[in-house]
Amino acid sequence: MKQTVKKPVLAVGPFHPLQEEMEFYQLTVDGEKVTDIDVRLSYNHRGIERISETLQFDQVPFLVSRICGICSASHPLAYVQAVEELAGVKPPERALYVRTIINELERIHSHILWVGLAGHFIGYDTVFMWAWKYREPVLDLLEEITGNRNNYGNVKVGGCREDIPDELKPKILKELDKIEKKMEMLTKAVLDDPILHARLKGVGILSKENAIKYAVVGPTARGSGVAIDVRRDDPYAAYGDLDWNVITQSEGDVFAKAVVRLLETFESIKMVRQALKKLPDGPVAIEVKEIPPGEGCGHAEAPRGETFHYVRSDGGNRPVRHKVRAPSYVNVPSFRASCIGGHIADVTITLAAVDPCYSCTERLAVVDQYNSVTHNYETLLQLSREKTAQIKKDFGSSGLKMEDL
Amino acid sequence: MSWKIWSLKKSPWVFHVNTGACNNCDIEIVNLLTPKFDVERFGIKLVGSPRHADALLVTGVVTRQAAPRLQEVYRQTPKPCVVFCIGACACHTGIFRGAYHVVGPVDKIIKEIDPNAIIAYVPGCPPKPEAVISGVVKALSTL
Amino acid sequence: MNQEELNNKLAEIKDKLIDIEQKANNRIYLLCEAENSYAVNKFLFEDVPLRFVITTGIDSDDCFEILYHYAYDQTGCMVTLKAFIRDREKPAIESITPFLPAAEWIEREIHDTLGIDFKNHPNLRRLILADDWPEGVYPLRKEVKR
Repeated sequence: MKQTVKKPVLAVGPFHPLQEEMEFYQLTVDGEKVTDIDVRLSYNHRGIERISETLQFDQVPFLVSRICGICSASHPLAYVQAVEELAGVKPPERALYVRTIINELERIHSHILWVGLAGHFIGYDTVFMWAWKYREPVLDLLEEITGNRNNYGNVKVGGCREDIPDELKPKILKELDKIEKKMEMLTKAVLDDPILHARLKGVGILSKENAIKYAVVGPTARGSGVAIDVRRDDPYAAYGDLDWNVITQSEGDVFAKAVVRLLETFESIKMVRQALKKLPDGPVAIEVKEIPPGEGCGHAEAPRGETFHYVRSDGGNRPVRHKVRAPSYVNVPSFRASCIGGHIADVTITLAAVDPCYSCTERLAVVDQYNSVTHNYETLLQLSREKTAQIKKDFGSSGLKMEDL
Repeated sequence: MSWKIWSLKKSPWVFHVNTGACNNCDIEIVNLLTPKFDVERFGIKLVGSPRHADALLVTGVVTRQAAPRLQEVYRQTPKPCVVFCIGACACHTGIFRGAYHVVGPVDKIIKEIDPNAIIAYVPGCPPKPEAVISGVVKALSTL
Repeated sequence: MNQEELNNKLAEIKDKLIDIEQKANNRIYLLCEAENSYAVNKFLFEDVPLRFVITTGIDSDDCFEILYHYAYDQTGCMVTLKAFIRDREKPAIESITPFLPAAEWIEREIHDTLGIDFKNHPNLRRLILADDWPEGVYPLRKEVKR
């Protein structure tokens, strides 16, 4: 009878986090297959919902913008929408368009960031360097509009704090043209590379049934055939006025999720162009004096999926209760369904495909009964890259080269 | 100047520690490696273990769960080492001051185990990569 | 289903509810007692069906409220079920994780922050508070000082 030896394995987050101890995920493996996953959250828990109760309504956007670095436009937007629903406030048209432009620019740089990270995990470091280089112009644009590369602090109850000056429009359009050309080259290179097909297809599959049971959102859901997108389903800001497509794939594997993100970037570029053209004149905010008692729900489509905020007021100047649900809170547990049964070399890329924003969810830490470490993040990364290298050898080519990009 | 300090100044190897940050500062740190800023030409290298590090780049407010781990990482880093507090959260807990799960800021937690620790502060939310490079260079030139 | 059909469908479970409130065209709030929350949740998730968004726990002075938020993406409607737990001494409610794995983490979080017991939860361990956080201190409860 074959003895199955259960050994604990560690997987750690994408940036170089603390590696000396058992934290984040603990995977149990049987040979080379993952059989179970346990996660412990707590590292990033800062008690934001409680802090909200001590801040005034118009101070909260600055707080929630810092829940997560790359969803930092979506969180305040969802919050502000919840309060505007509660108070029956309608911001001016121009504000809706400015919000749309900023959110889509964020989506562009977030997806490009993801492409870079995914490349890093499977050993395509050229893609990583390249993608993060081409992300920079978008951050510079956002800095020119709002004053900061991240944490824009641009939404408030009743509209936006900063307007997009008309002089900036030609520059934004020019940068978008450049980025679009680069993204076209990258998308073609990815979709045509047989090594990437072999490495990413069929890996980390999340079935449509599991996608519904785990209530996943965003590209994680759309890659598994669940066609949901808050921008289309419950239009907010100016999305109802723009012409764009919801991108879905049906296979549910890492490749499908990558395709969804790549194609969504083009849709975002399209949307920003339309929004800039249609940008109406007028004020960019209205004054809101009081928030009456009541409750409101606001949701926005962050790059990772639906961000949901619920706000309750008792007529005072602070929220009585503010619930924050980031998209990664429902996406990351689905990692369980897509990783179990898979190979340990695929763990890092399967997790990356969910695009976990660790701080959105809380940092992942390990609860463990064992004290031995068989694999840490570095080793798992190495395994992932070795698998790609093996595939390259089998195909007899070296895959994506800098010249292709 | 001892040869240890000289090599630290010439080519500091840094280890990045996230003690409960929103990832903005972390992304700006990883940005340092990318072609636009490219810190490897200064000899600054991001390493995978604190045992190889000359400096720690610490981000985040230091949540209650992360505090003992931060102290453990500091113990494992060979001395002399410089602790860089990157970002408003690490310098003084930023916007999360007084939250129930926050025990930071970073200097308080480090000084608990080493009152003579060398700590440098790079404020910003997040600090731009240029600010991080400038902060690292300034701090090392005073050693 | 369009919005009207959705409203009619939701009315099917009226006997388990205290009330149905329509706050806006696409925001519906269903109110029920904690005892009925399991049956209503099962109906909302499986029969309608709606997409589960998240659960919110609130310490209202005389009771605890557990809000289950759902979305109906075809019309962009958000349906929130408010379940009232009247017993403040030993607040408890039936867990919905057995048929809805997406609720596992949030029920653990509400257990940590508000001290509510989720009966029959498969894995009700600490989730977001530190290992050394004192037992019995629930940060989101009103009486806890910041």
